Amino acid sequence: MTPQPSMSAEATAQIIAKILAGEKHLFHDLIRPLERAVFVMLFSLLRNETDAEDAAQEAFIKVYRNLHNFRGDAKFSTWVISIARNEGLGLLRKRSSRPEEPLEPDLDGEAPKGDFTPAMLTDWREVPLEALERKELRECLCRAILNLPPIYRDVVQLRDIDEMDVQETADVLGITAGSVKVRLHRARTMLQKELVPLLKSFATPKRGLFGRRV
Amino acid sequence: MKIDCKHVWDHISDYIDGDVEPMLRAEIDRHLEHCEICSAVMDSTRNVVVLMADERIFEIPRGYSERLHERLQEVLNEPRV
Repeated sequence: MTPQPSMSAEATAQIIAKILAGEKHLFHDLIRPLERAVFVMLFSLLRNETDAEDAAQEAFIKVYRNLHNFRGDAKFSTWVISIARNEGLGLLRKRSSRPEEPLEPDLDGEAPKGDFTPAMLTDWREVPLEALERKELRECLCRAILNLPPIYRDVVQLRDIDEMDVQETADVLGITAGSVKVRLHRARTMLQKELVPLLKSFATPKRGLFGRRV
Repeated sequence: MKIDCKHVWDHISDYIDGDVEPMLRAEIDRHLEHCEICSAVMDSTRNVVVLMADERIFEIPRGYSERLHERLQEVLNEPRV
């Protein structure tokens, strides 16, 4: 999922200038490429569809009201995702009955608490993308991502799901590029470890002798 | 330089992202050629990364986009302050 697949920085700047000059209806087109990424980011933060949708609406309204503040030194998509993330974090803080997941200390430099050894195996049969037609597989992946500790889920969300680059991810999270890489590495290893035993049943059957499936 | 399995695992994520020095990359490639555990670990991790990027993992509620743009239209209709 690329937040802004086709709009160049210049095209984005032109549309923003037109919106600010009064062609407000263009705002719909401006944010359309980002609406999915914003929802998914808020859903993984808030874990509730209704809350995520409400927060997405509020976030895009803030984007509109603050559009004159966008300077173009960051990518528009990074700016929007940051606004959405702040909206989500604000809501998390307000949830008194459902206390916020404790923010974890920055563990990047220390010896990691968790076990970041991958699941060992000697043979891997690829799980093709078509297998995602199966609901059990989608749920399996979704659960594994949502169950990651927040600092790891954040980087997976931005790097692997929203497909932002390392620097954009670092900008949104307010951490260094080095920390993004460390966290992403640990997150991917944790996901590999958890998912590999489960994914085996979705793998492409191996061709045995004479092309028979085994 | 000869590298062991643990060393390869430390670089899996950067390797997948194409973010390792050419020398180290060549070492890892040489290791992967003869180590079936590391090859399987590498392939499975890459597979997980590819699957995660697929849009189908997270479903968007039906009508989300319509409701969003309706709400935005209300805001766009407000006079500028």
